[in-house]
Amino acid sequence: MTSVEVKAGAAGGSPDRSLRIQGLRKEYVRGTPVLRDVSIDFAGKGMTAIIGPSGTGKSTLIRCVNRLVEPTAGKILFQGQDLAALRGAALRAARRRIGMVFQEYNLVERLTAIENVLCGRLGYVSAWRAWLRRYPQEDIDGAFELLEAVGLADRAGQRADALSGGQRQRIGIARALMQRPDLLLADEPTSSLDPKTSVEIMELMVELAGKRDIPIVVNIHNVELAKRFAQRIVGMTGGSVVFDGRPDELRDEHLKAIYGGEAWL
Amino acid sequence: MTAAARVWHRFTPQQRLMRYAFYLIAVAALVQSVRTVEIIPEFLEDAPAQIVDLFARMWPVDWSYYPKTVHAALIETLHIATLGTILALGLAFPVGLMAATNITRWPAVRLFAKFILVSSRSVNSLVWALLFVAIFGPGALAGTLAIAFRSIGFVGKLLAEALEEANRGPVEALVASGAPAPTVFLKAYWPQVQPSFWSIALFRWDINIRESAVLGLVGAGGIGMALDDALSLLYWDQVALTLLTIFSVVIAAEIVVTYIRSRIL
Repeated sequence: MTSVEVKAGAAGGSPDRSLRIQGLRKEYVRGTPVLRDVSIDFAGKGMTAIIGPSGTGKSTLIRCVNRLVEPTAGKILFQGQDLAALRGAALRAARRRIGMVFQEYNLVERLTAIENVLCGRLGYVSAWRAWLRRYPQEDIDGAFELLEAVGLADRAGQRADALSGGQRQRIGIARALMQRPDLLLADEPTSSLDPKTSVEIMELMVELAGKRDIPIVVNIHNVELAKRFAQRIVGMTGGSVVFDGRPDELRDEHLKAIYGGEAWL
Repeated sequence: MTAAARVWHRFTPQQRLMRYAFYLIAVAALVQSVRTVEIIPEFLEDAPAQIVDLFARMWPVDWSYYPKTVHAALIETLHIATLGTILALGLAFPVGLMAATNITRWPAVRLFAKFILVSSRSVNSLVWALLFVAIFGPGALAGTLAIAFRSIGFVGKLLAEALEEANRGPVEALVASGAPAPTVFLKAYWPQVQPSFWSIALFRWDINIRESAVLGLVGAGGIGMALDDALSLLYWDQVALTLLTIFSVVIAAEIVVTYIRSRIL
């Protein structure tokens, strides 16, 4: 871990890790926006949770940041670049600095745990070396350290499809951190997990990203988890931001505005 | 007071009428067909005797024909099938990639690939063999190319289908980490389709053993040539030996393929 950080520090000090979204708009079908000109600034540290009902554009918002979804309009400013305008090699270079954790883990099932973690370096390793599995020694060391950090050092050689849901998500987190990212996105990271494992996964993300000063933007529909782990909560409904504040400022009337109705409260 | 019995029929009267009409037409067509075929009654009566006679001429099998001719021809058949399959795998791989909708974005390229796949499959291997015999002269080269060209369509189509069924999750994860396209294919698609690919290859090899056995009938080398010679000279005991040999090899190939498939899947 230490060697990794020294390296990152030596490469360029501590770069600005804040993210500014300006007027972001996404229409999958022309004329029916899923995101309605959303503008949010994310500070360069801590966890921000985006809450809101299903289908309200939370996932789309997060996926626009690393361009898994193409924004229709708007700017996404990160480290002096507009991510929304990048193409080709420049886009890949920007993606390398942004780690992502997925709801369904998205591991390569037939590869071992350690190789899934090493997948986080594939933006840096040439296809040829990846094919021959000739990863640089410092990456291999880093992967083992991360496996240890997520508590799965003894599962390094096991295939991903032999792991439980919680274990897979730990590998997913290790893979994202393997990129040594400047920003960590998490798209419903706990929605496929049981309540206890969900808490463990959130704790792990906060702990490991915190140690590395990596800001986290997480989509989450579990309000309790959001309030417990995030320093800031953004509530979205119908493609717009309707709440933005600290967890202790989130009141029932805000939740009513975000989710609609009140019988569930 | 009992309610009137409710009536339920599977078909409406109109549907029933249609079905009876269909049966009537089917019977009429059958009668018409039998008349058109012009079965010669003498030959039909004679058939059992002819069959017995044929088997009598095949017995005893001429085992001495095996070392003289059949063995070398058999080995040639195996070579044609195996080399043809390997060649087809190499040729079909890029075509399969071009035909898969999730790999190739340009419809024109996909259309071109589909055209190759369809032309390969719509021509029977015997016809391919006739073409290549005309170009390269009789022999194993023509047979090998015939097998290869007939197999491209099969392997390419099934590979494209396997690719299209691949789970999108790992692909998304690697794209999000900034991996270039060749690496995404290598580490996200290939591990998912690898078992199918080898299974397709083995399956095609099995088919090609059977197909290459008859290619000799048009002069494209292999055991079919031995069969053709014996047939035209009316040496039925040698025909019997050749057929037995083909039968045993096909069974053996089937067993080998089933065993290997059970191990890799």
